[in-house]
Amino acid sequence: MTTTSSTARAARPKDDARDQAVARTRSKRGGTVWPTYLFLTVMAVMWLIPLLWAVYTSLRPKADTDRYGYFSVAGAFNLQNYIDAWNQGGFITYFGNSVLITVPTVILTLLFASMMAFAVSRYSWRFNVTLLIMFTAGNLLPPQVLATPLFEMFKLVQLPYSISDSGTLLNQLYSVIAANTAFQIGFCTFVLSNYMKAIPMELSEAARVDGAGVWTQYWRVIMPLTRPALAALGTLEVIFIYNDYFWPLILIQTGNKLPITTAINNLQGQFLSNYNLLAAGAVITVIPTLIIYLALQRQFIAGLTLGANKG
Amino acid sequence: MSAPLVALGDTEVGSGAKQPPARRRRLRQLNSQDRIVLGVMIAIPTLIQAVLVWLPTLGSIALSFARWDGLALSDIHGNGLTNYRFVFAESPQFWPAVLHNVTWLAFLAVIGTPLGLLLAVLLDSKIRGTRIYQTIFFMPVMLSLALIGIIWELVYSQDNGLLNFLLGTSGTPRAIDWFGNSHVNLWAALVAATWRHAGYIMILYLAGLKGVDPSLREAAALDGANGAQTFFRVVFPAMAPTNVIIVVITVIESLRAFDIVYVINHGTNGLELLSVLVVQYLVGETQVIGIGSAFAVVLLVISLVPIVIYLSRTFSTKER
Repeated sequence: MTTTSSTARAARPKDDARDQAVARTRSKRGGTVWPTYLFLTVMAVMWLIPLLWAVYTSLRPKADTDRYGYFSVAGAFNLQNYIDAWNQGGFITYFGNSVLITVPTVILTLLFASMMAFAVSRYSWRFNVTLLIMFTAGNLLPPQVLATPLFEMFKLVQLPYSISDSGTLLNQLYSVIAANTAFQIGFCTFVLSNYMKAIPMELSEAARVDGAGVWTQYWRVIMPLTRPALAALGTLEVIFIYNDYFWPLILIQTGNKLPITTAINNLQGQFLSNYNLLAAGAVITVIPTLIIYLALQRQFIAGLTLGANKG
Repeated sequence: MSAPLVALGDTEVGSGAKQPPARRRRLRQLNSQDRIVLGVMIAIPTLIQAVLVWLPTLGSIALSFARWDGLALSDIHGNGLTNYRFVFAESPQFWPAVLHNVTWLAFLAVIGTPLGLLLAVLLDSKIRGTRIYQTIFFMPVMLSLALIGIIWELVYSQDNGLLNFLLGTSGTPRAIDWFGNSHVNLWAALVAATWRHAGYIMILYLAGLKGVDPSLREAAALDGANGAQTFFRVVFPAMAPTNVIIVVITVIESLRAFDIVYVINHGTNGLELLSVLVVQYLVGETQVIGIGSAFAVVLLVISLVPIVIYLSRTFSTKER
């Protein structure tokens, strides 16, 4: 991407010329724009249908959908399904667990990954590229590849009951935090090391001349300059961890310790005969991500493309 | 919209060529306190990775050659290739799972990814409301695949699903149980997965398209190339770095597919995948760790192909 994005920047004044050229080719063939709009609009409607259908179903009482069928407009519309789903589903516990897992995981991941990225990108030492490759590779593996031994390891660790009610690392939120952190560090290290590599070495030199040690250079010089990348990655990781289904599925055995994404399984069983409740439960689960999405869309997309474009 | 971040990093690298940059410091030049601090900063993340990622991966390989019920470590007994013999020759689920993974990859490669590319190309041109379209297409990317399974369950259900209402088969014997019928449920799950995948690919290609030098298109347009020619002969090849990442993402996503089929029916009855087989031998009543590990190793070996290709490309261009 080195050449392409820098030239894109330099060439911005030429955009007008490009637009004119594009406009000319368009007008030559005349009216080529409306099929594009038609296609995009049809696709957009199709894209929205599953979500809108869930919202629509969730707003109707079961009695009415039983009477008129789900594919109908008759009957009442209210929020009763949300109230019932909230009361029956144990959402507060699940959301609480999601927060208890997501917040520490994202903080720890960014902290450890930035430390590693700093060491890899600002200093040259033997094996630094090798380690970076190993970190990146670890994140690309399907988690199922290492799930069984990790589960067995956690089962074998004996802990006092004061810090673990199961006596092992299984069925503990901090085990999920550990597994998620380990799995995400690789990706974040890769992205952050690319970002830190681009910060001029002269800044570190100047700080060093002023007597700043390694930690001061990391915490006071490099980290503040990495803030845009940390914000983008942080948003991305919040969504990733909130949406993680797999590690709690493997590591947590009791329902009241599950985060919301994995608890969906139970919800499905619980509400199976009542699609209105299931729809309301699904919509409730969507809401936190939707809020983050609408508030931090730019950060989220920046995080995704930051990771991908650094090829 | 990601351009500032991406451009910032990249242009700085490029500008390094103009003036000789300060070199990265070598460890020898550090005093002992700094060396210790740096050592700790490297050691903590590396230890976490080693213990929780690399060691279990090696553990899968080791256990795949052993017989173990998952209870006491002293009960682990080597049994050579027995587990692999079972996986390849006897397991009734292995070859269907491979076929399903291949189908998953083919569907995403032929439909999901090109659809994302098409959306990106259309939205990259001067379209009114492009942000609204982008927001809509990108929305499913924010959702977990588990939740996507539930949302589509409401569409696919036999008696109450939207699809059968639209097809006019609802309530008749011809109504299809889209997630329950083993002839169609893989395709139904793939449509739901594509709902998310296409938006993801769209965003990555939108960033890629912004990086293509506009003067290339201009030149092609002035030379009389039509839209399709400009795209396929000029713009698409210019996006080579993005294309590589998209290929890798598509392959890895199809190997990682798990959540959605597990939510639908725990990956049974037509939805078997390699990732599911690993988990079935882990959480099932009879813990046959060796066989589950053998499935994990097969998945590992296949996954290493795209991972090695990606890493060798990424890190070899970086050294230049």
